Amino acid sequence: MLSLTSLVKSPYHKVPPGPKFFLLMIASIILFSIANIYFQAVAMAFVLGLYLWPGWAFFTSGLRMLWPLWPFVVIVFLWHGFTQDTQSGMIIILRMISAVALANLVTMTSQLDEVIALVTRVATPFRRFGLQPQILALSIAMFIRFLPVLIEKGGLLVQSWRSRSTRPAGWRVVVPLALLALDDAETVAEALRARGGIAPDEI
Amino acid sequence: MEKNIVIIALFAALISALGLVPKFTLASGIPITAQSMGIMLCGTVLGSRRGAKAVLLFLLLVAIGLPLLAGGRGGLGVFGTPWAGFLFGFPFAAFAAGLIMERWRSDNIPLVAGCAAVGGGIGALYLIAVPYYMVATSSGLNEALVTAMLPFMPGDILKAILAGYITAGLAKARPHSLLSRA
Repeated sequence: MLSLTSLVKSPYHKVPPGPKFFLLMIASIILFSIANIYFQAVAMAFVLGLYLWPGWAFFTSGLRMLWPLWPFVVIVFLWHGFTQDTQSGMIIILRMISAVALANLVTMTSQLDEVIALVTRVATPFRRFGLQPQILALSIAMFIRFLPVLIEKGGLLVQSWRSRSTRPAGWRVVVPLALLALDDAETVAEALRARGGIAPDEI
Repeated sequence: MEKNIVIIALFAALISALGLVPKFTLASGIPITAQSMGIMLCGTVLGSRRGAKAVLLFLLLVAIGLPLLAGGRGGLGVFGTPWAGFLFGFPFAAFAAGLIMERWRSDNIPLVAGCAAVGGGIGALYLIAVPYYMVATSSGLNEALVTAMLPFMPGDILKAILAGYITAGLAKARPHSLLSRA
């Protein structure tokens, strides 16, 4: 299925996701602990430099991923303009853009299968608290398998509504869609049990 | 056991599908998607624990880079904004909604599910999202209420009411499907 991994290759793609997630965590802590506008401006310039390094195509695809942030920038800007505290508004905006851009960079340059393997590995120590890595992996696999099915069924429901009514379907398709999900769950659980189910020691 | 795992995965997928399928616009012109209604439904239909687990699975998949949030957003970046408290609050919202459904054993499902959706999807959610916004932006309560709560409130109230009716519809069509009442 569609993921947010960038098709424009960069040197960051070669770095395994583990170290990237660790560096991201450290960078976010630093960004959120220093409330100085000059530091935040330099940090944002550095982050933009990280995007520019692999080339223009990578930079523009990075900007596209940052674009949904604009309503938040506008809200913070308007509020701080209204309270005449533009400096702290700018700090919040710069920090938010840098933090989100860095996190996006990790997402854009990590393969989904590598990240799922990392999540399963990280989840292993939590086995004693009841979090079973293999059940987590099975849940992720089922989600990825069933999401396109549900989206398709949702689309069909909207179409059949349109063929019967001139008014838009809106929320009315949610009941049949949820019913389809509940019925599918029943069938899939039965199929899993018929194939031996999930062994009791895995539960 | 199998059914629990499958239904958690399927409801996580349902939250994502609701971010894409039905989009409606409020009278004020703000377009809202049914995604946060999906969070409420996880609680009212699956109950507290299963509902929260479905939401956690959904958030995990958003974090590892699937574009599942409304508008095709996803990845770690979405957890970096001052509004990320809403995302962190989602599992608590589903848990609280489920808990209300489990404890309030009235047969008036639209009323109970609607109140559960308000209690979880608005009460519990904003209890986390508003303080998170205040800490993330070092702002006061007034600013947090105007910038983090007010824009989303009308849509959330509407979604809670709809969640009540949808849960009742499911209970009517499949009386045993309401695991929060099992």
